[in-house]
Amino acid sequence: MKSHYLAATAAACLTLSMTQGAQAEDLTLCWAAWDPANALVELSKEFEAQSGHKMSFEFVPWTNFADRMLNELNSGGKLCDLMIGDSQWIGAGAESGHYIKLNDFFDANGISMSDFVPATVTGYSEWPKGTPNYWALPAFGDVVGWTYRKDWFARPELQAEFKEKYGRDLTPPATFAELKEVAEFFQGREIDGKTVYGASIYTERGSEGITMGVMDVLYSFGFKYDNPDKPYDMEGFVNSPGAVEGLEFYKALYDCCTPPGASNSYMGEGIDAYKSGQVALQMNFAFTWPGFEVDPNVGGGKTGYLVNPAGPTGERFAQLGGQGISVVSYSEKQDAALEYIKWFAQPEVQQKWWSMGGFSALRSVVEDPAFAASQPYAQTYLDSMAIVKDFWAEPAYASLLQASQKRFHDYVVAGQGTAKEALDGLVQDWTEVFQDEGKL
Amino acid sequence: MADSAIDRLARATPSSLARRVRGLSDRAIAWVFVTPTILLLLAINIFPLIWTVRLSFTNFAANKPNAEVKWVGLRNYTRILTDPDIWQTMQATAHFLFWTLLFQVVIGFSLAWLINRKFRGNDLLTTLIVLPMMLSPAVVGNFWTFLYEPQIGLFNYAVEFFTGIPASSFSMLGSVTLAPWSIVIADTWMWTPFVMLICLAGLRSIPDYIYEAAEVDRASKWRQFWTMTVPMVLPFLMLAVLFRGIENFKMFDLVVQLTGGGPGSTTLLTSIELKREAFEKWRTGYSSAYAIILFVTVFGLASIYVKALNKVKER
Repeated sequence: MKSHYLAATAAACLTLSMTQGAQAEDLTLCWAAWDPANALVELSKEFEAQSGHKMSFEFVPWTNFADRMLNELNSGGKLCDLMIGDSQWIGAGAESGHYIKLNDFFDANGISMSDFVPATVTGYSEWPKGTPNYWALPAFGDVVGWTYRKDWFARPELQAEFKEKYGRDLTPPATFAELKEVAEFFQGREIDGKTVYGASIYTERGSEGITMGVMDVLYSFGFKYDNPDKPYDMEGFVNSPGAVEGLEFYKALYDCCTPPGASNSYMGEGIDAYKSGQVALQMNFAFTWPGFEVDPNVGGGKTGYLVNPAGPTGERFAQLGGQGISVVSYSEKQDAALEYIKWFAQPEVQQKWWSMGGFSALRSVVEDPAFAASQPYAQTYLDSMAIVKDFWAEPAYASLLQASQKRFHDYVVAGQGTAKEALDGLVQDWTEVFQDEGKL
Repeated sequence: MADSAIDRLARATPSSLARRVRGLSDRAIAWVFVTPTILLLLAINIFPLIWTVRLSFTNFAANKPNAEVKWVGLRNYTRILTDPDIWQTMQATAHFLFWTLLFQVVIGFSLAWLINRKFRGNDLLTTLIVLPMMLSPAVVGNFWTFLYEPQIGLFNYAVEFFTGIPASSFSMLGSVTLAPWSIVIADTWMWTPFVMLICLAGLRSIPDYIYEAAEVDRASKWRQFWTMTVPMVLPFLMLAVLFRGIENFKMFDLVVQLTGGGPGSTTLLTSIELKREAFEKWRTGYSSAYAIILFVTVFGLASIYVKALNKVKER
């Protein structure tokens, strides 16, 4: 009897393990190597426990992220089942067939895009833009904003000196003109026996850095990618007088107020400059903000958060960052990958995502009355997400980006030519790209 | 008489195989041995080269395998050769090549000359000098980035110490005028030991009796150096220049790590530009044409150089 019982138990265990083995998949999620990715690893343990699937992760540093992952997608690689790809990849993802279309899946599982912050749906999910064709679920909302040293701004002696010099209080800048004044004021100043500088801004040449920084300023100076009535007609929009003024402003800010040697700075260099107490102001994506709050040097109330300042006409926009999560069409585990997206879209998971440092784009999370007070930067994040614009998300995004990287770096950092020449050149480069693409 | 190795091998060959081989001529046996190598060479060198030439006349983009591939004739070549940006990268590459070769030859030869004497610690010193070339270019690029930091970099502080110019008043990697020199300095630091080693081999290959004969003839040290040492080391030196020239023409990793091609495009070398065209913009046809132009340039220059090298060796 005992042997029969044992045999039955063993058979049951075997059957159960075989059943589970048939269902469980080993899913690989690809993303950039940064703090939010570490939070996602923690969050995903819940998914593993619930679904039985095992999650693996492939994280690549930001400077190589686009290069590595776009090569992976272009070569039809099967490494990634899920891709949290940059917002600008959505055009190529959709048109080249790298991502699977999610409309039917969303409908079948009650996932509605109206539940997400509209800017993130447009930025991360839709292609063509403005149409209800979804290729990703908004995964991580992000936007360029500014941090400033609240503790330095509060010093009475600095306030008095600033007021005497500029005739106004030393307050967080509301316009770019004010921002430059503040940066100039701090440039080369001795604070606590250390020389500090005005601002850390994006100047990186190799990937997308300087384009993200320049665009973040240009939008509020009147830059537009093309004629709203005639797509890809860029003359007079990309190189409008306002855009030229904006680019001149960015160069002036770089020349007057950045730390020595900041000619190739992006997110990591900005974080280092700010945390080490080198700069008073710092341009960076919102994802960096949770890290500042817990930093021993700049945390604990020493840091203030700013929405991008307004341009000369009062217009105020900010560069969109962030990503959506997509299922890679070359994956052989698409069902399990879709399961992950279904799990990730749940409001309670999104709430937990926010609490762990992930910037949720779900409206029920960010519109919760308690959200604004949940973190010192929460309101700034919300306000910033309401004014976002994004770079081209065309399939030829990489070529468009390379052109702007070169034109902007040549002018801003290398000081070659004029702002007008740089933007005229950019119109010429982008026109060539769209001609090659057959869109012009 | 003892058996030779060939006799022993012949006896060890199975008789069935020996009968088959016996029927083959020497020429056929040579072909049997050479064919696999030739096939491998064709597959991994010649075929890709021919394929690249073919692609260079098309608008093919590797990220759009299903798109229609159009024959564009010489358009890619015309575009490249009339593009001022491409000429700028060529100039940056020429500047980098010329100065790195000059510095590496002068310093490498000088070091070899100094170290080619018998003194205590000679071996240890040689080992220490060759250390930089054993490091990975990525590592070298990374730590030279720190050395060039205006606020904490040792290089800037050394310049301040010797010249009085404030360390944080200049940025080696951020200045348009200094950045091209910053990559020259880093590459020279890394690869001078290589040139030194080759020169050292050349110096040590000169027999002592030649110098003894010169001493007997009362030739001065200066004359010995110019009429004996330099001519006899010259083929070695030219070989080092050839190796370094080819290597530096395709320089990528060190410069990407140091400047990323910036500021602006001042250190954008041809190989970095080619990589961006081919694998970031995915203009495969265009970049194939670019690669062919570079290949022809390097091949042409190297051929002329090798002829000169042979002439020097024959003297």
